[in-house]
Amino acid sequence: MIALQVNGKPHELKNDPDTPLLWVLRDTLGLTGTKYSCGIAACGACTVHVDGEPVRACVTPLSAVAGKSVTTIEGLSPDAAHPVQQAWIAEQVPQCGYCQSGQIMAAAALLAHNPKPSDADIDRAMSGVLCRCGTYQRVRRAIHRAARGKAGAR
Amino acid sequence: MAARITRRSFLKVGVAAGGGLLFGIGLPACQREQPAAPAAPPPFEPNAWLRIGSDDVVTILVASSEMGQGVMTALPMLVAEELDADWATVRVENAPVAEVYKNPIIGQQLTGGSTAVRAYFTPLREAGAAAREMLVAAAAKSWGVAPETCRTDNGAVLHPDSGRRTRYGELAEAAAGLPVPATVFLKDPSEFRYIGKARARVDAPAKVDGSAVFGFDVKRPGMLTAVVARSPVIGARVANYKDNDARGVAGVRKVVRIDSGVAVVADDFWSAQRGRALLNIQWVEGSNANLDSAQIRARLTAAAKKPGAVARAVGNVDKALAEAGKRVDAIYEVPYLAHACMEPMSCTVELTPDGCDIWVPTQAQTRCQQTGAEITGLAPEKVRVHTTFLGGGFGRRSEQDFVAEAVQIAVAAGKPVKLLWTREEDMRHDYYRPATYNVLSAALDKKGQPLAWRHRIVGPSIMSRVFPNAVKDGIDNTSVEGAANLPYAFPNLSVRYVLEDPGVPVGFWRSVGSSQNAFITECFLDELAAAAGKDPYQFRRALLADHPRHLGVLDLAATKAGWGKPLPRGRRRGIAVAESFGSYCAQVAEVSVARDGAVRVHRVVCAIDCGIVVNPDTVVAQMESGIVYGLSAALKGEITISNGRVAQTNFNDYPVLRIDEMPAVEVHIVPSAEPPGGVGEPGTPPIAPAVANAVFAATGKPVRRLPIRLGAPSPA
Repeated sequence: MIALQVNGKPHELKNDPDTPLLWVLRDTLGLTGTKYSCGIAACGACTVHVDGEPVRACVTPLSAVAGKSVTTIEGLSPDAAHPVQQAWIAEQVPQCGYCQSGQIMAAAALLAHNPKPSDADIDRAMSGVLCRCGTYQRVRRAIHRAARGKAGAR
Repeated sequence: MAARITRRSFLKVGVAAGGGLLFGIGLPACQREQPAAPAAPPPFEPNAWLRIGSDDVVTILVASSEMGQGVMTALPMLVAEELDADWATVRVENAPVAEVYKNPIIGQQLTGGSTAVRAYFTPLREAGAAAREMLVAAAAKSWGVAPETCRTDNGAVLHPDSGRRTRYGELAEAAAGLPVPATVFLKDPSEFRYIGKARARVDAPAKVDGSAVFGFDVKRPGMLTAVVARSPVIGARVANYKDNDARGVAGVRKVVRIDSGVAVVADDFWSAQRGRALLNIQWVEGSNANLDSAQIRARLTAAAKKPGAVARAVGNVDKALAEAGKRVDAIYEVPYLAHACMEPMSCTVELTPDGCDIWVPTQAQTRCQQTGAEITGLAPEKVRVHTTFLGGGFGRRSEQDFVAEAVQIAVAAGKPVKLLWTREEDMRHDYYRPATYNVLSAALDKKGQPLAWRHRIVGPSIMSRVFPNAVKDGIDNTSVEGAANLPYAFPNLSVRYVLEDPGVPVGFWRSVGSSQNAFITECFLDELAAAAGKDPYQFRRALLADHPRHLGVLDLAATKAGWGKPLPRGRRRGIAVAESFGSYCAQVAEVSVARDGAVRVHRVVCAIDCGIVVNPDTVVAQMESGIVYGLSAALKGEITISNGRVAQTNFNDYPVLRIDEMPAVEVHIVPSAEPPGGVGEPGTPPIAPAVANAVFAATGKPVRRLPIRLGAPSPA
């Protein structure tokens, strides 16, 4: 039995301790907002926060998060009103949308540590999160917008 | 008036006083499967595309698949425009699979070829217009006034003379009892209030809070999860297998053999994965067992000596080349490419007593229905296709391999099954963008004027597999598009195609033939411009006098990019233009080349002429998207074959563009009243040649092979 918090709720899980956190979230807890894409921490689609730090859930065994607090895209805000989510809407970032949970979680973690990131800071924090639709330019704009506190729907 | 009537038997009746056009229409009725709940009054459903409830909610059905290109917003805008709907009351649903939803350009319910807006532009406007007319008739009747004295605005019918106003929801029940009009008026473009104005994406909210349901996210009661062990060698088959260990894994429920391999069915993905790792399979590797990239290249090179089929012939190229003042010859090559959608393939199938339900991120609903019917033996109408969001499509999701696997597994397992592919399988079992080998010659006359252009394309054919009847006289149009329609005025011109298939499966990859042919033709044209001692932009201009739309985007991109003006130290510009999918796109790339050969793209200026624009922000986003997709291919993309196997496995060895490599992209849209052109693909073809031409300008060495690799010897 492994105890942890997910989006503020306590859970006691019987899964094999080696099971990647990603599949515990998706298949055991039904939180499908966190995505699988590469399984080897090469794309960032599965990015969640563990005690506030961005983590690749696809290579994080359940045992590694025992006693910790996990936040997924579903728990980032109760009403999609997190400044990053609002900025994402304002800049119309998503296309296919599949990588966007990972992008948003990585961006939220960046801003939590660095409220006014430069372009170079954004490159460093976000270059591990891939997007095949080419939303990078808007991701950058949305992060700057969220940092300025000028979110809000268009 | 921009609305064009194509491929449908509409009767144009005449120009109406208000400036709109009057159309005779034949809108099919709705084909909904479930009646509305008995308690609520039935919604007003004038046709298959929309319904209006007494609560004012306008539900619009979208027959195309949302894979990022914005159809879920752009297509409803067309209905809402003519309906004069209040956008705040519009809800959007994916259409089921049915005859009425077939894409009129393709003849199937299929999202591809950048056709969604082109195909549905008129039918959806007519659907909205017909509904609007019925609502007006209902209001006029209740007020005892002539319909001509009423007008509509933002979800309501108004009678200006008396100041009366009724919302559509209040009219829904009465309108439902009226006949569908035989003719409708369509607005004049000057009256548009939705078409041409930027509108926020309908799907964005669900994509920022994790609630959007992709294929991977489908949940059904009692559902199991399946993974498949597939042949490592292209085309290999299972000889025999032992599954005792796999079955011993907790959570594994079944192991079943299917056409493509062995499926492990389990309670969840991780159990299925662990079970699969313990399978012991013997494969019959077959004739591809020793296939490798060097062999493939040798085969294409040898085939280049064949005469090939004529795709285009003007004048006498051979004679002109023999008499030329100056001649340029080159070989151009492009590799196989994977699609690498962010969401790997997936499909969920549930067999019910009366049919089969398929939840699938697909571009090809009609084909999915056929696939389901063929495998289950059910009549096609018993196979229901539920389209989820697509985590990328790019052509990959028009294929049926993963759908067929899921149906076979569900039949064998007797339970609802969700099939998931891993990234490694997605990378190694794709239908790849064809590798091609190209022999080019061009000549200038003694005054330096372009005289001849000869291009021989050697490579596999997509249509030979997907739609063999479309290959006529040895020509697959998807192989020669972007080459046979070379817009430049050469008095002698020859484009030939040698169909040579080395055995690697090939498929539609964003912008298909144009994705590679634009690179080949636009780069070779720069070589010819250099031979003539001309500026590449001016050289193109002189050869495009009869192609105003090419010229329009070329001039716009060059002007906005500051062509000819000084650049920061070390940077060079390259330019390219291409027509594809009914649109015209030119791009100027600013590039620098480091001492070690690393290519950095700093800025891309893009000009697009796609006719009438529905949602301008979507057009901008699709240009950004097409450019990034094409840049990944130009700078990094290459699938190689070794021992019959695809050598690449994941994003570590098939790298794609990252945010720190993203150039500043600037998009300029040409204002146009021409019929809509495609938008999803036309941004891709010009980027590889624009970048490669900038590299040529920087190094003096033409780039004749993708991906662009400088400073290191090319692999044989």
